[in-house]
Amino acid sequence: MIDIHALHKSYGDLEVLKGIDLTVKKGEVVCLIGASGSGKSTLLRCVNGLEVYQGGAIRVDERLVEAERKSIRDIRTRVTMVFQRFNLFPHRTALQNVTEGPIYVKGEPRAEAEAYGRELLARMGLADKADVYPDRLSGGQQQRVAIARALAMRPEAILFDEPTSALDPELVGEVLAAMRQLAEEGMTMLVVTHEMGFAKEVADRVLFMHGGLILEEGPAAQVLGNPQHERTRDFLSRILEHG
Amino acid sequence: MTNFLTDAQAYLPILLRGAATTVGIAFCALVIATLFGLVLALMRYSGNPILSWTSRSFVNVVRGIPILVQLFYIYFVLPDWGIDLTAFQAGAIGLGLAYSCYMAENFRAGLEAVDNGQIEAAQSIGMGWGLTMRRVILPQAFRTVLPPYGNTMIMLLKDTSQASVITVAEMTFQAKMLAASTFENLTVYTLVAGLYLTLSVPLFILASWLERRFGKK
Repeated sequence: MIDIHALHKSYGDLEVLKGIDLTVKKGEVVCLIGASGSGKSTLLRCVNGLEVYQGGAIRVDERLVEAERKSIRDIRTRVTMVFQRFNLFPHRTALQNVTEGPIYVKGEPRAEAEAYGRELLARMGLADKADVYPDRLSGGQQQRVAIARALAMRPEAILFDEPTSALDPELVGEVLAAMRQLAEEGMTMLVVTHEMGFAKEVADRVLFMHGGLILEEGPAAQVLGNPQHERTRDFLSRILEHG
Repeated sequence: MTNFLTDAQAYLPILLRGAATTVGIAFCALVIATLFGLVLALMRYSGNPILSWTSRSFVNVVRGIPILVQLFYIYFVLPDWGIDLTAFQAGAIGLGLAYSCYMAENFRAGLEAVDNGQIEAAQSIGMGWGLTMRRVILPQAFRTVLPPYGNTMIMLLKDTSQASVITVAEMTFQAKMLAASTFENLTVYTLVAGLYLTLSVPLFILASWLERRFGKK
């Protein structure tokens, strides 16, 4: 459903993606790991058209992702995104955050959008927070509202850009649990993460990125348990040392 | 003191007529400044190089010319090119354009204070530029802009006195005429000062009400 072919991306003279090939099939959960600066977030942002790329192609359901074309809007309603810093709309309640897209982008009737929005918030364990503004929610709660907002578009896939990196340690678990539940329900997910436990348990495939390239990929158990590449081993040992 | 009161009683109706014109011109100029200022700020913010450059040039040119000179220009020079405006129209348009630049800078500060992540979040659920502005950016910018907006509104009210130089019969104009014919400078200008202050008070109250109602907590 997401096809990335020979993707190149530069900021000026600095090449950050040096030829990425990646296919994510429907229902698959793919985790991207790697040190910061390896290009994993940039890759994700290219898929959502938040960054333009200079070479290669990204296709979602056979449709070319072009950041500067209007077609990107339609693609974004099929592939939504969850951000590291949540980016909830501070002037809208949790429920309004969730219904904003369905009502104003897709034109769903308000009553229908609100009913589905409440259902999604309930699934995220936030049934009682529907009318609360984001500044009254903890980081973990905000991120779960953000996941509900991404789900409200009834997307075919969701991109997660380090969804737990901005959270206090004790709040990471609740967000991962929500993501695990989504994975079990068959959602297609492309996740940039430093949570190796989550990757090991939930991912169908893990990709290790380094210096703008995918150095190693395979089933989670293989990449995380028995890495072939020296840089992967090096990265994993450093991650594990720090817990 | 009794003199002051009898004089005041005689002058007040004339000054109040001027005050009505002051309010009228301030209101028209405020509407022009707000709408056009918003357009200028959005042009600057749009990321389109041509729109952004046009907006920036306009703001810098107009900001760099005294309001008095702009008013003279609109009232005395434009007729040479076939654009004939009444003094009131010239005053409202002149002040409106001059203040649209201050407003544009207020609005731009508000727009740029909104976190970039908000734009990305709006885009990520498929919103285009218009919807992102209307539903996400402007409502947040509005809150930041309220305090400087209130301030600019009050400055605009007082700057309507400059329209007296192009014969708009607003309050300062009436005061000058009265003072020139009666020589009662003390009475006339004390009254005028009091009236401007009285006109500003509702604006202070409006500005602080808006901030309490919509502003940042």
